[in-house]
Amino acid sequence: MVHRALLAALAILGASTISLAQQPELSVTEIAPGLFVHHGVTELMTRQNDGAIANVGFIIGDNAVAVVDTGGSVREGRQLLAAIRARTAKPIRYVINTHGHPDHVFGNAAFSNDGITFVGHRNLPRALATHGPFYIDAFRRTMGDELIDEVRLVPPTLLVDGSLKLDLGSRSLALRAWPAAHSDNDLTVLDEKTGTLFAGDLVFLDHTPVLDGNLHGWLSAIGELSAVPALRVVPGHGPVSGWPAGLADERRYLETLASDIRALIGRGEQIRAAADTAAATERSHWQLFDDFNARNATAAFSEIEWE
Amino acid sequence: MFGLHFRLLCVAGVLSGITGATLVQAAGPDAYDPWPLLAQDIFENRPMNDGAGVIAIEMPYRAEDAAIVPVTLRTLLPLDDSRRVLRITLVIDQNPAPMAAKFELGPEARVSEISTRVRVNNYTDVHAVAELSDGKLYMTKTYVKASGGCSAPAAKNADEAKNRLGQMRYRQFAKPGQGPVSGFREAQIMIGHPNNSGLQMDQVTQLYIPAFFVNELRLWQDDSLVLAVEGGISISEDPNIRFTYVSNGAKRFRAEAKDTEGHLFQHEWKIDDSGI
Ligand SMILES: [Zn+2]
Repeated sequence: MVHRALLAALAILGASTISLAQQPELSVTEIAPGLFVHHGVTELMTRQNDGAIANVGFIIGDNAVAVVDTGGSVREGRQLLAAIRARTAKPIRYVINTHGHPDHVFGNAAFSNDGITFVGHRNLPRALATHGPFYIDAFRRTMGDELIDEVRLVPPTLLVDGSLKLDLGSRSLALRAWPAAHSDNDLTVLDEKTGTLFAGDLVFLDHTPVLDGNLHGWLSAIGELSAVPALRVVPGHGPVSGWPAGLADERRYLETLASDIRALIGRGEQIRAAADTAAATERSHWQLFDDFNARNATAAFSEIEWE
Repeated sequence: MFGLHFRLLCVAGVLSGITGATLVQAAGPDAYDPWPLLAQDIFENRPMNDGAGVIAIEMPYRAEDAAIVPVTLRTLLPLDDSRRVLRITLVIDQNPAPMAAKFELGPEARVSEISTRVRVNNYTDVHAVAELSDGKLYMTKTYVKASGGCSAPAAKNADEAKNRLGQMRYRQFAKPGQGPVSGFREAQIMIGHPNNSGLQMDQVTQLYIPAFFVNELRLWQDDSLVLAVEGGISISEDPNIRFTYVSNGAKRFRAEAKDTEGHLFQHEWKIDDSGI
């Protein structure tokens, strides 16, 4: 049995090596020893950018590699795999999804053949089931059939409820699952060796924060996150930054949004007024503001109404 | 052909109160115009008159959040018109269950504006059809672009949605320039409910999550009906209805909601004399 399994593994390895030969690499930067990040462009997911708008990365330990998010298309995922293979021959043991949004999970299928364990928040399978089909439909419009046809929703099999440590060999990753904040399945990854925090979309810089979970929960999470002993953060979107300074802009935006919405509700305004006016003072600080602020205001209004 | 047949089943299912448990996402957004068939099915082919001057619908052109798209329905009949609006039906053509809601307007409440929030799955026409006391139907429509980005017509915070089940809130608003004397009121009712569309498959069991939604809501001032709503899965989570009405001097406002699992939620509130 062992022998047969080994042969199968070698066959898979051989096949993937061949297919990888022609695959261009995703551009990555080594921001800390053995820790690489691809910086996503601050845009919406389109055919032109292959959906590569989120920051994705990988961490190389003594024995194994962990991938943090796989990008917005299987093409991006394959290019990330090629970038890994160009830097190490160590096996990829884990693919960690920081949450279920398409720009972070649509590349999963590029990693789903090699006995890799997918890791996610305990709510991630549910989120993929309830939201994933809509994402696939919606992004077909902007990304086209070629990129979307090969997307597979690959749910995690190793679920995190609270916290979990993964060992890559002399390199320990501390995973933490958060209550609803940016989404209801946010997971952070702290590389303890270098003090680098992969925050997923719990942290946005430059790119307007996107609320798809719970505003109150997000502000609470920011309070707790600021105590995480990290030196730097890899946000879900935007540049790698010092920690916890990288939280300041997002905190200000979300607090402004919350207090503007609270005032609108207090005055008896309708939800549509929120979309037009809330957090308007933040406009000059963010990119893609018109794509996301009205949506955030709508979601925040329907939450804060219940306070 | 499959598409047509499927859509008819959806409409029939919601109209007769059957859950949408086994429905799947409707295919192609722009394949054909479903309205002629919907009109036939929901309104039994009765003639449709132009709704100009009778009924108006307002929605944002782009659905910012697919799960929460505000919609306002307004009756436009002048006060001296001898006809009255009996009911308004809201149809979101391209949703899996197009008949979103039917509002029955209380005979004495003179409801003139109703705002709620709906899910919008796709680029779609949205129709509002008013039935007047003259027995005729009057139709108006608008068009909504589906939202882009990572917005889906599903729960953002599924645990919280469950925790709020059955909570009810009532709020009355001041209308500037209209004092308590006029009797004109604006109020809002909120019901905590996941209003689950049931269209998704459970990842573990591979079974469709059954639809679970508020299908009936009735609002009274004392014992006089203000508004009755027959709802479907297109109404957003935590159904929220804001409306204008004319006070009959009642001291109590009462709400009763039923959902597809047979829960009955009831609540009543004292009405502040100030109307605020
Ligand atoms: Zn996200």
